[in-house]
Amino acid sequence: MQVDLQQDFFSLFNLPARFNIDSALLEQNYRALQSQVHPDKFAHRSETERRVAMQQSTFVNEAFQTLRKPIDRARYLLTLHGVETHEETNTAMPLDFLMQQMDWREALESALAARDLSVIEDLENQLQTDNRALLQQLATALDVENDYQQGAGLVRKCRFLEKLAEEVAAAFDELDN
Amino acid sequence: MALLQISEPGLSAAPHQHRLAVGIDLGTTNSLVATVRNGISAVLNDELGHALLPSVVRYLADGSTQIGVAAQALQSEDPVNTIVSVKRFMGRGLADVGEVVNLPYRFVDQPGMVQLRTVAGVKSPVEISAEILKTLRQRAELSLGGDLVGAVITVPAYFDDAQRQATKDAAKLAGLNVLRLLNEPTAAAIAYGLDNAAEGIYAVYDLGGGTFDISILKLSKGVFEVLATNGDSALGGDDFDHRIYCWLLEINKLSALSASDTRLLLTRARAAKEALTDHADTRITAILSSGEVIDSLLTQQDFYQLSQNLVTRSIQPLRRALRDASLTVDDIKGVVMVGGSTRMPQIQRAVAEFFRQTPLNNLDPDKVVALGAAIQANVLAGNRSGDDWLLLDVCPLSLGIETMGGLTEKIIPRNSTIPTARAQEFTTFKDGQTAMSVHVVQGERELVSDCRSLARFELRGIPPMVAGAARIRVTYQIDADGLLSVSAREQSKGVEAQITVKPSYGLADAEIAKMLQDSAVHAQEDMQSRALREQQLEATQLIEAVQAALDQDGAALLTDTEQQSIRAKVATLIATASSADQLAIKRAVTQLNEATVAFAQMRMDKSMSGALMGHNISELDR
Repeated sequence: MQVDLQQDFFSLFNLPARFNIDSALLEQNYRALQSQVHPDKFAHRSETERRVAMQQSTFVNEAFQTLRKPIDRARYLLTLHGVETHEETNTAMPLDFLMQQMDWREALESALAARDLSVIEDLENQLQTDNRALLQQLATALDVENDYQQGAGLVRKCRFLEKLAEEVAAAFDELDN
Repeated sequence: MALLQISEPGLSAAPHQHRLAVGIDLGTTNSLVATVRNGISAVLNDELGHALLPSVVRYLADGSTQIGVAAQALQSEDPVNTIVSVKRFMGRGLADVGEVVNLPYRFVDQPGMVQLRTVAGVKSPVEISAEILKTLRQRAELSLGGDLVGAVITVPAYFDDAQRQATKDAAKLAGLNVLRLLNEPTAAAIAYGLDNAAEGIYAVYDLGGGTFDISILKLSKGVFEVLATNGDSALGGDDFDHRIYCWLLEINKLSALSASDTRLLLTRARAAKEALTDHADTRITAILSSGEVIDSLLTQQDFYQLSQNLVTRSIQPLRRALRDASLTVDDIKGVVMVGGSTRMPQIQRAVAEFFRQTPLNNLDPDKVVALGAAIQANVLAGNRSGDDWLLLDVCPLSLGIETMGGLTEKIIPRNSTIPTARAQEFTTFKDGQTAMSVHVVQGERELVSDCRSLARFELRGIPPMVAGAARIRVTYQIDADGLLSVSAREQSKGVEAQITVKPSYGLADAEIAKMLQDSAVHAQEDMQSRALREQQLEATQLIEAVQAALDQDGAALLTDTEQQSIRAKVATLIATASSADQLAIKRAVTQLNEATVAFAQMRMDKSMSGALMGHNISELDR
């Protein structure tokens, strides 16, 4: 079985190119594809076949990881529509959003200094709530209004929260040590 | 061997094109080899019926080796040349090996992997591990009666790239075709999951002799999906021994022990640890080379106290793995215990407390990894379609690249499903810059100096441009063995540099070639000892067959005198079989064979007539 490495990730999994997707179906189709192309199925075959299997399986994994995470999925959907998110260069944000970010960062730092696990857990919960709200807006912008510029802005906001979430995770790790 | 050739008529002894493949658990303390026969995974025993091969290699002055029980027995007498727990040195530099002062070896300090000076010369951990693997390969080939197509070798899930590469090199050196490096907890999950038709999310807690892994897996409809893995590749049963050893030194006010006294006390410490699994206290006695007598009483409570923070160290990774998988303790349906060290009651208790449920111990913690590896080897060798189940594993540690200021930029995050690839673009920071160095690192920390350096290489021939104009794409690819290769490419001109990561700690192919050559010197001895083992095996099989035949049909077909005569020859063969005299064994085998020819004929007639009864003529005609 050959996987077309040129097709887009949505087509690969037989899904409509939308932000809101059937994640159970994604997972089901992912597993079905891996059952066909995974290197374990070719371990006793020629070196060429093994290499092809690795490439195809890598591609299927990459596609699955991209579509599984909402922010990655949104970013990918935008590139399919020719819109780049420019997250590294375009950091212009509404003032209140930035203020909120700064507050959280400060709270995280002082909680880390005080080794206060409960504050960090609260922070994590708040982040998740805000993130869910952003994803709701993303769904509307991308799937209903087809407003991709607005979508790009929302992805940039999500990225801010994601970075903060990474720092929260690192803080948990640090408190463990 | 006439007696062995009697098989039920209609049952063909020759399986159709079964490819011989094995799973090998290369452990810190013990190693095992297993295979799937007639659809069942089973551990292969040595001639004496032992499943576990102690991972101990002793080098002798003439360059020969002793491996396993024989080496283990001499570890206190010849500690410098008897290497135990070599797995802890795989892919490790001298600086990484903690508590060097307490180990009775002569370490060679040099860049790259640590080396040990023995009476037979300087040996690398890869060569030493290869000796263990070679022994298991021979055991498998003897017992399966043919050359192996390949092997699945297990590694701790938390092994980094250098440790994995070293393991693969050792297997290559032992003449094994590596079908796959498989993570130990994943192997255990396969054996457990297939045995119990398990569905749901399981945690595998694997505490071996020298390494600790925790893996969280989702088992559903024949898919084994690792969600997250964590661990400590330098935490295991050895550390518990070591705590007892240090306690012994302290309460007996001992210092500066000789290598053999150190090994002696470490051995006693291990025995004490094992005794405390089901005894409230244990007495540790030893006579040191100075004549001083050690006699100390260690209670379970004291041992728990001594090892408290080791137990805690194994609990932290559990939290991290759960967090990485975005799960809580309540999501875990079962906890599978793997590794001999999980027999310790304080471990059982701590794990039960953390997961708020009693851990599952229904598979032998020493064997389950090898059994799972054998199942995977059978599939990979192509013996069954394997369409009915699938294994999706992850990489344990993040892989990154050094950026400006000694910082790490992660390219592949930990717990990514493998195989995986990621590319990142970099640019030049000086006008006219024509070369860029790439430093590949593995680990979670922000500073490069806190991560493991895997390799450095340079991309040269970048066309001179203004700073920031060149586009250099660095691609990381992790294959299904969890091994990394890195390539860098300048996008506009297509200048390419590519490496498979191994130089820092791994062996260059030339080094492997040299080692293979060196080992050819011993090939002659190997062949002789192999012939001896084959002869011994034939003897054992014949003894078993004759005894079984006598028990079954002896009284019915033979007179008392005939029976006695055969039994006497069996006794002779039993006595000879354990000797190293190949010719004597061969003679005894021939004598017993000759003495049983008539008996075999009688059994053949009896079994034929038995088989003919109950069949009608038309069936036999076909």
